[in-house]
Amino acid sequence: MKDIKSLKKELPGLAIKLKKYREVLLANLVMVGEIPAPTFQESKRIEFILNRFDEAGLTDSSIDDAGNGIGVLSGTDSKATLLLNAHADTIFSEKTDHTMQISSDTITGPGVADNAIGLAAMVTLPYILEDLDLKLKNDLVLMAGVKSLGRGNLEGMRFFLENSSFKIKNAICVEGIQLGRLSYSSIGMLRGEITCRVPETYDWSRFGDSSAILTLNEVINKINDMRLPRRPRTSIVMGSIEGGSSFNTIARDATLRFEVRSESQDVVERAGETIHDIVLEVSSKTGDDVELDIFAKRIPGGIPYAHPLTRCARVVMESLGIEPRLAPSISELSALIDKKIPALTLGVTIGERTFKTNETIQIEPIYKGLAHLIGTILAIDGGYCE
Amino acid sequence: MSNLQNWINKNTYHHSEFWDLKKLVEIKEKKNLTISLCLPTLNEEKTIGKEVIIFKSELMERYPLLDEIAVIDSGSDDNTLEVAKNFGADTYLASDILPGLEPKRGKGENLWKAIYQLKGDIIVYVDADISNIHPRFVYGLVAPLIYRDEVKYVKGFYDRPLAFSGNVRASGGGRVTEILVRPLFSLFFPDLTAMIQPLSGEYAVRREVLEKIAFPIGYGVETSHLIDVYHMYGLEAFAQTDLDKRVHENKPTQALGKMSFGILQTFIKRAKALGVFEKAEHETILRQFQVRQNQYEQNLIEIIEEERPPMIENAEYRKKFGK
Repeated sequence: MKDIKSLKKELPGLAIKLKKYREVLLANLVMVGEIPAPTFQESKRIEFILNRFDEAGLTDSSIDDAGNGIGVLSGTDSKATLLLNAHADTIFSEKTDHTMQISSDTITGPGVADNAIGLAAMVTLPYILEDLDLKLKNDLVLMAGVKSLGRGNLEGMRFFLENSSFKIKNAICVEGIQLGRLSYSSIGMLRGEITCRVPETYDWSRFGDSSAILTLNEVINKINDMRLPRRPRTSIVMGSIEGGSSFNTIARDATLRFEVRSESQDVVERAGETIHDIVLEVSSKTGDDVELDIFAKRIPGGIPYAHPLTRCARVVMESLGIEPRLAPSISELSALIDKKIPALTLGVTIGERTFKTNETIQIEPIYKGLAHLIGTILAIDGGYCE
Repeated sequence: MSNLQNWINKNTYHHSEFWDLKKLVEIKEKKNLTISLCLPTLNEEKTIGKEVIIFKSELMERYPLLDEIAVIDSGSDDNTLEVAKNFGADTYLASDILPGLEPKRGKGENLWKAIYQLKGDIIVYVDADISNIHPRFVYGLVAPLIYRDEVKYVKGFYDRPLAFSGNVRASGGGRVTEILVRPLFSLFFPDLTAMIQPLSGEYAVRREVLEKIAFPIGYGVETSHLIDVYHMYGLEAFAQTDLDKRVHENKPTQALGKMSFGILQTFIKRAKALGVFEKAEHETILRQFQVRQNQYEQNLIEIIEEERPPMIENAEYRKKFGK
């Protein structure tokens, strides 16, 4: 392949060729996806992936100290290293039934989109490249990353970037959905929990006027009243609440999980300070314990839209007839951006009901998604993205 | 140690002993064996796709252990055959195989017709309703046949003794096994009580055996296989493999009643033909299973059903009541 034009011509044909790997890919999807992997408990899933790396003959496959599963596909002219990452953890507990169901067109099961299909694509990639006799010049490091979601706060990726000896030149993060997703920048983010507790020594004779839920409600109202700028774009996501235990007992505790997101780091920080003030104010007014725990932050950044890497990915998408959906990311991409590594997040297929136990993805778009992934890797490897 | 316990120790495997698929395929090829997988179905569209995908990917494309995967259907109303075909299985309607015969509907019919339709020297039967399907369900069953020429019939069971910290625990099959089949075997075919789950729907068998035994069409097929193969070749022809957990839908008690009725018919027919009813008169040992330190062992319980005669035969009774 001399330049990206000849690569472009071959991609639609590649998407068709990839259909023959359907059973291998879906078998990997089922076997990976049926191993529970809640954040911080990914080890069984990583072991399985390592087995696959070994079977594919990857050199240096190993589990690092953070628990990430790493495999290296050595290039013919190992000058630079491309990192391909898929996070291995899910939001589902070990107790959730992880059984996947396959119909002719779809696959359903907890975590199938986020991120079993992303992992399956990565795990199957060495098999496909070898079978299609596609040899890379550069080294390709495959990484099944742990401790990514929620309180994991990208710990796996950060550990890898701090401690591995690879000199990563570019990186691609694979997410299950949606096909066409193209993330190249990170927004500012702050993620936390506010917990309200009625103190043990509370005077229960003050009938009915104290409940951790009411206190949390006060906090929520105040957060809702915060003035947020339209530009830079900013939002506060109230993700979930939890509290109390029955109909007729006063709630002893209540928790809100939230995220502040903004294009501006300043705005994120100011919002964080305001929330901190709200917590102190409500706590002193009600006499309840109100605690704020901020456990994850992201700093905005990334490569520009016109960066050659982004352009490459768009050219590949165009040749496959995929409509790009540009969106900033707060996943692994942020950790890569922090390290000034040009990186993209791509999606594999179309799916719905994310984060529910009946999460579903479509089978047919997977071939295009895989072709997009392989095309982008070949373009980077060919030096067309510099 | 009893002979039966020796047999159990020698012929009971765990699927993890056969993890080396490369080696297994090499020996299979060296011995020039062909292996067919038969999945009998009736309305299994929810689970069949996954079974076909897993077996095709892992045991045909990655490691060529299987030479064909065939779904033999009893006439499903749902999309079982379409889904199976879509993912690359050979699909057949049982009624289309040997069409000159009067059609019968039942799982045993599909299993029997598979002998005619499929080409393998070994046929592996796996039920199509397993939701936690894994390649072990096939390689765990065919491996003893590949490694050991004298083994002819390998049965699966599902009860993993590892992860257990106490001393002894009861172990065994489902309700019909423990309530009906194990007591029957204890009375009439004590050797066959060595099979931990005689009714499991997963087994691998050599063609030379399959072609010589009769097949009940309904619930009795597994029971009759064990009795007939035992009668022809003895216990040494069997092996059994622990396949860990098997997740499938639980049947209500009424359905188990139907199953038991079918099994009893099959059993009585064979027990009569083999003349074993008389032999069992003095048998008082019930043979159940227990697990001790990861080893399966038989638990022999003597149950003597003593009887009193009718009261009227008692002299004191007759005296008291003037009879």
